[in-house]
Amino acid sequence: MARSQSASLDRKKLMADPVMVGTIVVLITFLTLFILYPLAILLVDSVYGDNGLTLDIFKRVMAMSNFRKAITNTLKVGFLVGLLSAAVGLLFAYVEVYVKVGRGVGGLFKVVSMLPVVSPPFVLSLSMIMLFGKAGLITRFLLHIYDNSVYGFWGIVIVQTLTFFPVCYMMLKGLLKNIDPSLEEAARDMGAGRMKVFTSVTLPLLLPGLGNAFLVTFIESIADFANPMIIGGSYDTLATTIYLQITGAYDKQGAAAMAVVLLTITLLMFAVQKYYLEAKTAATLTGKASRGRMLIEDKSVTRPLTLLCSLAAAFVIMMYLCVPIGALFPTWGYKFTPLTFKWFGQVFTRYKGFKAFTDSFVLSLISAPITALLSMIISYLVVKRKFKAKGFIEAVSMLAMAVPGTVLGVGYIRGFSGGLFHTGLLQGIYGSAAILIIVFVVRSLPTGTRSGISALRQIDKSIEESAYDMGADSFKVFMTVTLPLIKDSFLSGLVTAFVRSITAISAIILLVTPQFLLITVQINEFAEKGSYSIACAFATILILITYGAVLLMNLFIRFFGTSRKLKEDA
Amino acid sequence: MSKIKKGVKLDHISKIYQDPKTGKDFYAVNDVSLDIEPGSFVTLLGPSGCGKTTTLRMIAGFESPDAGEIYLGDQAINALTPNKRDTAMVFQSYALLPHYNVFDNVAYGLKLRKIPKDEIKERVMHILDLVELNGMEGRMTNQLSGGQQQRVALARALVIEPSVLLFDEPLSNLDAKLRVSMRTEIRRIQQEVGITAIYVTHDQSEAMALSDNIIIMNKGVIAQMGTPQDIYYHPNSEFVADFIGEANFLRGTMVGKDEDHAILEIEGSRTSVPAKEDMHVGEDYVAVLRPESAQLADEGGLPCRVILSCFMGSYQNYHVMVGDTLVKLTDYNPKIKHIYKVGESCSLVFDPAFVHIL
Repeated sequence: MARSQSASLDRKKLMADPVMVGTIVVLITFLTLFILYPLAILLVDSVYGDNGLTLDIFKRVMAMSNFRKAITNTLKVGFLVGLLSAAVGLLFAYVEVYVKVGRGVGGLFKVVSMLPVVSPPFVLSLSMIMLFGKAGLITRFLLHIYDNSVYGFWGIVIVQTLTFFPVCYMMLKGLLKNIDPSLEEAARDMGAGRMKVFTSVTLPLLLPGLGNAFLVTFIESIADFANPMIIGGSYDTLATTIYLQITGAYDKQGAAAMAVVLLTITLLMFAVQKYYLEAKTAATLTGKASRGRMLIEDKSVTRPLTLLCSLAAAFVIMMYLCVPIGALFPTWGYKFTPLTFKWFGQVFTRYKGFKAFTDSFVLSLISAPITALLSMIISYLVVKRKFKAKGFIEAVSMLAMAVPGTVLGVGYIRGFSGGLFHTGLLQGIYGSAAILIIVFVVRSLPTGTRSGISALRQIDKSIEESAYDMGADSFKVFMTVTLPLIKDSFLSGLVTAFVRSITAISAIILLVTPQFLLITVQINEFAEKGSYSIACAFATILILITYGAVLLMNLFIRFFGTSRKLKEDA
Repeated sequence: MSKIKKGVKLDHISKIYQDPKTGKDFYAVNDVSLDIEPGSFVTLLGPSGCGKTTTLRMIAGFESPDAGEIYLGDQAINALTPNKRDTAMVFQSYALLPHYNVFDNVAYGLKLRKIPKDEIKERVMHILDLVELNGMEGRMTNQLSGGQQQRVALARALVIEPSVLLFDEPLSNLDAKLRVSMRTEIRRIQQEVGITAIYVTHDQSEAMALSDNIIIMNKGVIAQMGTPQDIYYHPNSEFVADFIGEANFLRGTMVGKDEDHAILEIEGSRTSVPAKEDMHVGEDYVAVLRPESAQLADEGGLPCRVILSCFMGSYQNYHVMVGDTLVKLTDYNPKIKHIYKVGESCSLVFDPAFVHIL
């Protein structure tokens, strides 16, 4: 059977829509140039030496003992962090969905899930050092331990677990809510005890989801740059090793080969996660719960679980609070009173804080709407339209999710410092504000696209078809129908992009030039130097900015968001 | 409406889809040719998966045919996008724009055509009057009942004065009573406006009530087309007979001929049926008997035994066995009639004129 006529007609119809064709071309160019090309050039650079095709560069880096060590270090940390985060996430999710808890506890959970979103990535490392390090508030002054070291394996594991478990918690919460309570009631009815129900019904149903959560965290941990940088001490991971290979050893080719290794690991895991586990999760947990669940009220169950979760949540919150409070002490670790704002003052008077905040703020502010709009357009094309390059666009924008920032950073250095393919073409953007903005966009695109896709999937396809049928072209349909209907998703995408950009560090630290001062880079520098108070002051202001942005978005959605109302009525 | 009415012509249209499970290609629509008269109301009727919606969506432009050409009037429209086609569709889910009120929904297509504001207002109000929604123009669509939403969808399609109106199962989300009154309404408006309408449904009573012509589709091909009466009284296959109304199939062998009647031997008894051309003694034929076309009597027809006798209010429902063949009957106004009980032996009688030979 030949389907050539419909294919050629579909092509003709597409071509009759120049805005749509233009958009697709621009998108493909953007994705190719700024995601595929930098990754491809890494691969090319690491196998192509002066004498043509060679594996010498790989052999060279693999011969470095510190690199081999970094690989095992990274995998060890990632594995443990994945396990711990999934476990803690499961505990929180289970308690929230299955156990009757007081209102206060619910509030705590919400705060805990919110904190990692609005705070810069290395805040927990800072507070870990400040609370439990050699001069730690708890270790030194409460417990009188004078030689506690938080640097190294356990430091990274603890900090990363605390940073990433809320992601697992949110993922597992959604899945648990989708389990039909009648399945568990049926098991209870046939005589299974609560524990038996959990191990024979709930857990098996959740298993692919747990695997998914584990792998997502594993990937995040491997890609994490900021925490190992600050709290790793001499315990190097792949991300930090690559960074040092470039900034310390000036070995760009070696770093490219290392980056390829790191990328391969994350891509493999991403493939398993995306194509195997996600499908499995969807297969076991399809239906919506038919009705509300009878919450566990048995005090012998609720009390210990509530206590455990509350303690854990309180600990996390304390860790985060440590940063703003730390910025108020005159000298951390030596002098605690009287509280002072002098560090905040110094941020602006001595350390060019104003420039740092303006630079970060403006760059993020420019990249956020670009990201939000791009991700909505990609979601629209992926969900609502059919055309040949659709698979490419979807795959590449999702691929960006699996690319660690450090890898992307090295890719940009290799790909653009000498111009495209080292020809000098487009060399101008290297070191400019444009490349920073592009990195911000690329780093936030996958999150925005994912949320846009799920928002659009909930909208009946025929609504857009009806507008199309009434005579609107694709551009009109997108502007008058699609965008207004996913306004909330667009707004939150906007803020998420802003927050992610202003708190980003891994890729950007490799690309920023002295003409720009970025807050995160500053914090990293001060934390490295041990100037914790000033780092805390910077971080506190940063958290205030991001939190303010989130608050603003919520206000905005409450007053101007229409889609929420529509969803409730539907 | 001032526009010239246009017909629709489908010239050997096929559409191939891929089965998502097996990955194999199959014909969703297979070599369908149709000629729809300007101003007529035509229904595409068939079970789910028969290709009726695909056909409609090809006419609207959402799908592209793999073979054949679609004409609107004299114009070949295969390569036109939906927004360039002079058709308007009423969707199953209504597909109203949820962020607009009734007026803006109806005005949407006119605004796209850059029609002056005053004229938009006038035309929208006129159409809202026609669908009996005057006074509702300021409502948001989620403040309307299902029937009202359907009227808005209809108004929105009508207001742009398309050459052809397309309906994709527009009443299937409404409750039974509203469905009946809305279909009367749709027919009234179509007649008033005189527009060509193509209507997709799987509900045979809807098709009967609305259409000038019914096209029955099955497995991607046209099974039969004709007026409702034609199709009901002269189905050309067991599928059509069974799909439109209820049908009993009596299988028998022709044993003789008597003027313009043929004698069939059914389950060992002889009965006379209207002969059609080219019937031969000794061959097997199927007689279609509608449940309301036969009665039970003490004697004089095909001997049978009652296995179900059930009072349904307006009629008595019988299932009887004629030999090994199950026959379902509906006997109207049972109040004054003799009621046969389960297990009773009696006789199935019918006027040969009510029987149709396939």
